Order: sequence, then structure tokens, then C-alpha cells
Amino acid sequence: MVNVFIYPATSLILSDFVERWGHTPLSSATGIRERIQTAGLESPPIQMTPEEPKKGLRWAAVEVPSGVRGRMAIYGPMIESADAAIIVNDADLAFGCMGCARTNELIMFLLRRRKIPVLDLVYPKNEEEGEKFVAAIKNFLEGLNGGAA
Amino acid sequence: MSEYTPQYVGTTTKYVVIDSPSITPADLAIRAYELSKGAMIKETCFGLMVTAEPEELDRIVSELRKMDPTHIFVKTRGFPPGDSRRCRANLGGARPGFFGLEAEFLRIPYIAHGLEQLEKTDAKTTESPEDPRKEKKLSMSALKKMMDAQER
Repeated sequence: MVNVFIYPATSLILSDFVERWGHTPLSSATGIRERIQTAGLESPPIQMTPEEPKKGLRWAAVEVPSGVRGRMAIYGPMIESADAAIIVNDADLAFGCMGCARTNELIMFLLRRRKIPVLDLVYPKNEEEGEKFVAAIKNFLEGLNGGAA
Repeated sequence: MSEYTPQYVGTTTKYVVIDSPSITPADLAIRAYELSKGAMIKETCFGLMVTAEPEELDRIVSELRKMDPTHIFVKTRGFPPGDSRRCRANLGGARPGFFGLEAEFLRIPYIAHGLEQLEKTDAKTTESPEDPRKEKKLSMSALKKMMDAQER
């Protein structure tokens, strides 16, 4: 079983496939859950405290907006613990403000710089593409060490 | 800043999303209640939200998947159901995060078809999708067609 980072990090389809074929998906929910289940000071809505942008300095420079650094406090540790990644390149649902957009770019850069196995895809637009999409993910996950599939 | 005391510590929440021609979220909820040993289950328009300790949750989810493996999809959720910071009862409008789910929901029929085909064929023999990062070059025939169209 290996850790597979998924992009978009909130993807239902990718999260399901990684789990279905015996690996651990690294998604936003993991980081958010960790924060909202930790006692501390009230900081709604997702318990991001002023400490988070400081933690984000490990992945982004000090002049980078705090929104990016705060987001990187969630995604950075996951990228570092990832053994592989699946990236959907045309994920409109990952669209967001400048903070989201720049964080997405930084996530992609950091994933590729780590030289881990990365599967690049686009979302299927018909049944034929659906078959190829599913088969490509299954083959990729089977090729990783310790997959249950 | 006031003190924050988290709820449901040690539990995990999962979405069980269904897009099946034969099973409804209500059928899924009944089966989940049958299987549950104290899990919190919430039926929604797209399926269920199940909250329990990780081992119990995995057991329930793996049994639910068996009902229709190609049309049931599961993912982890950060917040427990009904959390006032996310629940639409408190915020109004769709729950933050629903739009992402909705966007992927449109692709689920193609994905489900792919999973069905995978049961009949070997994934290794299926053609690989094109690499989206590969630069697409204009083919000679396409260029010729464009030139011909321009000349007419």
C-alpha cells in the first residue's frame, strides 16, 4: 500500500479509485479532518490558525501571499509523504481565487520536482474515453508496489 | 478567540455516492442501518454520509460497495455531517464542496461504463489515453484541409 496524492485534491473519482485498488489517497479531507479534530483555539471555518502560513514557509517564500502559504500547510506535508500522484489536468472544479490558482501551480511543480511516478490524465468526455481513463488508472496503481488489485 | 472543543474525535466520515439505475440512496441507507453498529448515517440526495471509527467505517463501506460496485463511489470527508461550519441549514445555498461533487457527478456515467468494461476485458490490453502534456502538432492533412478551405 502506497500513498497516492490526487489532484484535484477533493476529487471523488480519484479518491475512490486509489482506495478501490488498495492504496491510500492523500486528499484535502485528510488535512482538514486533522485540523477540525484537534482541540485549540476557535478559528472557523476550517480551524486554520495564524500558525499555518508560518508552516507554509517550508514550501513557499515569505513574499508569497499568506493564502498560498496557508494552503501549503495542508498540502505540503502530503506532497512530501506521497509515493505517487495522479493529476487530472483539465479539472475545472479546482478553479478558485488567486490563492487557489497559485497553490495549484505550486502543487504541480512540487509533485513533478519530487520525481515520483505521476499519471497525467484529462476527464473523460464520452464512454470510450471513460474506458481508457479507468484502465490507465488501474494499470498505474497496479504498477505501484504493494497494490491490492 | 475562544476555546475550540472538537466533536466526534477519532471518527472518520465518508461520502458514499451512488449513481445507479437500480439502487436509490434510500436503499443504500436501509442497508447501511442494517450493517451499522452505532455509526452515524445521514441520507442525502446523492447517497450517504457515514461517520464511525475507521475500522467500523471500512466494514460498512466495503459491504455497501458490494450492492453495485460499478456505480458506488466513496471518498473521505473532512467535516462530520451537520457541522454548522459546512451544513447548508446554517449557511444557505449549496454546501461548500457540493459544486465539486456535482462537477464530477456529470462524468460518473462514463466512469461507471469504464468500470463495467474492465470487468469484461483486461485493463492492460486497453489503449492508453493521450498524454495531455504532450504538445499537439497540426497534422499535414489538417493543414491541407484548412488551406483548401481558404482558397475556395
